[in-house]
Amino acid sequence: MPIGWYLVVSALIFCIGAVGVLTRPNPLVILLCLELMLNAANLALVAFSRMWGNQAGQIFALIVMVVAACEVTVGLGLIVAIYRRHLAINVDELNELRG
Amino acid sequence: MSTTTFGWLILLFPLLGCVVIALGFRGERGVSAGVLGSLAIFLSFASAVGALVSLLGRSDSSRELTSSLWSYATTFGVDAKLSILVDPLSVYMALIVSGVSTLIHIYSVGYMKSDRGYVRFFSYLNFFVFSMLVLVLAGNFLVLIVGWAFVGAASYLLISFWYRRTTATRAGLKAFVINVLGDVGLVLGTFFIFRHTGTLDFVRTFHAAPHVFGHNSTDLTAGCLLLLVGAFAKSAQVPLHTWLPDAMEGPTPVSALIHAATMVTAGVYLIARMHPLFELATTAADVGAIIGCATLIIAATIAIVQTDLKRVIAYSTMSQIGYMIMGVSVGAYSAGLFHLMTHAFFKALLFMAAGSLISAMGGEQSLDKMRGFRRAMPFTFICFIIGGLALSGLPPFSGWLSKDDIIAYLDHRGGGFEILGVLGYVGALLTGIYTFRMIFRAFFGEPCEEARELEQGHLHHPESGFNPGTGELEDIDVGFPGPEHHIAERDVAMKVPMAVLAVLAVVGGVIQIPGVDAGIRHFLEPSFAGSRLANLDPSDSSAWIGLIIGAVIGLAGIGIAYRVWIAAPGTSARLQVRFAPVHTFFYNKWYFDELIDFAVVRPTQWLGRFAESVLERGVIAGGVTGGTLGVVRAFSATVRRLQTGFLRYYAAAMLIGVFGMALYFLISA
Repeated sequence: MPIGWYLVVSALIFCIGAVGVLTRPNPLVILLCLELMLNAANLALVAFSRMWGNQAGQIFALIVMVVAACEVTVGLGLIVAIYRRHLAINVDELNELRG
Repeated sequence: MSTTTFGWLILLFPLLGCVVIALGFRGERGVSAGVLGSLAIFLSFASAVGALVSLLGRSDSSRELTSSLWSYATTFGVDAKLSILVDPLSVYMALIVSGVSTLIHIYSVGYMKSDRGYVRFFSYLNFFVFSMLVLVLAGNFLVLIVGWAFVGAASYLLISFWYRRTTATRAGLKAFVINVLGDVGLVLGTFFIFRHTGTLDFVRTFHAAPHVFGHNSTDLTAGCLLLLVGAFAKSAQVPLHTWLPDAMEGPTPVSALIHAATMVTAGVYLIARMHPLFELATTAADVGAIIGCATLIIAATIAIVQTDLKRVIAYSTMSQIGYMIMGVSVGAYSAGLFHLMTHAFFKALLFMAAGSLISAMGGEQSLDKMRGFRRAMPFTFICFIIGGLALSGLPPFSGWLSKDDIIAYLDHRGGGFEILGVLGYVGALLTGIYTFRMIFRAFFGEPCEEARELEQGHLHHPESGFNPGTGELEDIDVGFPGPEHHIAERDVAMKVPMAVLAVLAVVGGVIQIPGVDAGIRHFLEPSFAGSRLANLDPSDSSAWIGLIIGAVIGLAGIGIAYRVWIAAPGTSARLQVRFAPVHTFFYNKWYFDELIDFAVVRPTQWLGRFAESVLERGVIAGGVTGGTLGVVRAFSATVRRLQTGFLRYYAAAMLIGVFGMALYFLISA
């Protein structure tokens, strides 16, 4: 199968994720969409790695997964903290940090 | 021990004393701090004697030793080291400084016993001695400047010792400011010389000077004149002298130590030390001689009419230092330094005796109120007489031999310098008059109330809490006379140093008598080996003629004083009325304070106000900082509007940015 298909799928997933991040107000959903974007990138990395017969892309993908896990931990922690303070779970209303 | 080791030891003891007393005796009452301080200075004196013995054990040509403890910087063209120069001149000075200091420390143990700042006083005093010894032992210009500035700082601390007294703090500030002016002169002068010789070291500078400077070259003359500014400020020469009379606000031992015996002679030492330079820059040397001569006359005329006991002695100090400056400037090095030594003896003695007298008066210093203390204070009286005779230059006292040594040299050198010699004799006449005016007024005549009380065994004690000089109310925690005060008759710690100095004031001159011996000249010879003026000494017979003339003139001065203040008591009042303008002129100290106020202080104040209202407020605050502030504010207001706080705007902006960059790279690739 040519590489193009993989990349098309990857691009599609990335776009879905990006649109999700931009349009959804719920931070939980935004986190999910961010995961989509990261995994789209992983797909592209693995596809390229296979195309060139080189393991570097796969290792890259693994590292991205580690980063993603960390990012989710921090993100979920923030959401829990927001919830505990009885604030709205809505990024549009959490806009106090501004110039 | 080697000679230079002794040199370092001379410096070590006062420094240790200062630190230990400052840190170890906080809040301590009793005399232990004073005893320790005196011991430290005595050990320093013993080291100086060690250095002397060790120097005498060497041959004449190898008596100039330098030793360096470490280098601060030795880069291209600069050789900044912590080094000392041990040669006959510096050892001679170290002996005088540490010796007289030891005696004055012992005197202070008694005199300052009841002062609340006793520990602080001895810490300062040790610091002063350390600084002065750094000054005289310095082996290069850098260390000299450090010592020079330290001495000024110590003087400031000690003048303002009674820091709650406004007159004292003001006098301290005045002394400090004028001394710093001298420091600046010294630093700039050093630079002029360093620029050409390329070394800071004394010995190398003096070796290089004849090769790099021509006779009276402009830079050398400028450098030497700037060095003279330093010397004049420190040694209270006209017109930088106004701080010295005011410095009498400090405790009397301070006046004896700093403002008579040691610090104010630093200028004399500087000129003597720099003699290879001054002999090349003869214009600068002549300026030094003329200013010295002017000072000796001006100060003597002021001393005749002052009524404050300590100020009379202070003006007398100025006058005597005028002789020394004049002497070392024209090349009479051994004579000038000889006078420095004898002056240290008899002037310290006079100040100590004055301190005892002021104690008996309960802090009052005005001669108008003192009278007839002769029977009440016999010991102080004898000391005063000995000091006064030595100061007036009567045989066989030490001042007779040393002062006329200078004048005889001037007359011998010729070339117009005889005029300075004649003026020196005029000064000697005035010296006799003002010295014995002071003695006759304080000790003779009908005893005043305080003297009568003392004769009955009761020491007068005034109501405390007033400044004796101005009568102002003041904080009684700090200040003389405090809860109790001491006179030499009743305090052995004051009596012993005065007795030692009295003996020295009588016999101190015997080491240099024309035709008999020339101890100081021979000892100092290696330091002035290259000088063409040092060996230009007058013959013994002409020196003796000079001595006889000097003795006659001194006697005449005393005779005039006797006629005016004892034989015909109303004469001085009549003279005052008859020569009222002259008296006013002298009484107001030739209006030097007013002149400096008008010429320097006011223009500076005006400039300060102008700078504040126009430069500071208008240009700096309005233009420079105000303008910068406006620009930053406008820019940040614009940027701030981008930061909305909406997370999704940021995410969109980032996406668009990344896409933009990716597109750019794709297209450009």
